[in-house]
Amino acid sequence: MNLEHFKPATVYTIYIAATPEKVWQALTTAEFSRKYFSGLAVEAELKVGGAFVVRAPDGSVHIDGKVIECVAPRKLTITWNVNWPNLLEKLGLTLVTYDIEPAGDAVRLTMTEAHDRPISDDILSGGRAGWPAILSSLKSLLETGEPLVIKMEPPQRMLAALKAMGIATP
Amino acid sequence: MPRPEFIYVTYIETTPEKLWEALTSSDFTKRYWWDTRVVSDWKVGSPFSLVLNGRTTDVGEVLEAERPRRLSYTFRHILNEAARNERPSRVTFVLEPHGKLVKLTLTHEDFAEDSVVIDGISKGWPAIMSSLKSLLESGEALVIPLDALFIDELEEAYRS
Repeated sequence: MNLEHFKPATVYTIYIAATPEKVWQALTTAEFSRKYFSGLAVEAELKVGGAFVVRAPDGSVHIDGKVIECVAPRKLTITWNVNWPNLLEKLGLTLVTYDIEPAGDAVRLTMTEAHDRPISDDILSGGRAGWPAILSSLKSLLETGEPLVIKMEPPQRMLAALKAMGIATP
Repeated sequence: MPRPEFIYVTYIETTPEKLWEALTSSDFTKRYWWDTRVVSDWKVGSPFSLVLNGRTTDVGEVLEAERPRRLSYTFRHILNEAARNERPSRVTFVLEPHGKLVKLTLTHEDFAEDSVVIDGISKGWPAIMSSLKSLLESGEALVIPLDALFIDELEEAYRS
């Protein structure tokens, strides 16, 4: 896989009063992710080529990926493939990178979602709605000890666009 | 090419009234916005300015002020000469109740062609909005040095 073929489609930056190690732990462990990420469990084998899986509360695999770059606690690049029939064939790989940088007493976390081909705004709208909610809740969890309870509507615009491409959605 | 715009969404455990206060009162802004005071009477058509250490850094005009739901103003950065000569861009805050939270959507748009402002605001707003969220939720704003933002053309007024 040539990373140079992937262009950023969505970037979200948030500053968090925490250490880089704590932010890394929140992004890579189920213990934390269940609290801020709709009950989903992140299971990451933190080495290049390792498995990166996000499991639904019923144990099924929601996101199936691999670790591409791993420099704890500064940079993690993973493939982030939603496990819906035909999605990978039609959209290609989705690459997600977390950059974690110290910024004064805080940490700057930058999430970049990248693709190796043009993806419509309709399809990207799902991630663009989801990332701010997920990372706002992660920040609250690390700063106050409590995640946010954010009820999200299903991403209809994205689901309709995927369905039109012949991708089966739940 | 689509016209460039900057959109930032965050969810904050607060009320629309408190968030409105935090966006429009200089007592609040100086706590989370690098000591910046926001100055306006928030009537449509009134002037708006940001003042840091006694120097006005940005000016504009209030376009919409529907407390506590929607706030919009024109925005012109005046320290940098190239920015000062650009036509103003536009900033809009939309505050929506979302369960026990508020969803805050900031849109900064309508930039001049080849705007020199868009790089700086794209780096500045996430830090300002993150610090605002921390202040409202934990009582403590973030301490982020301006140099950590990597804005190339930061002026003396910011560095001093």
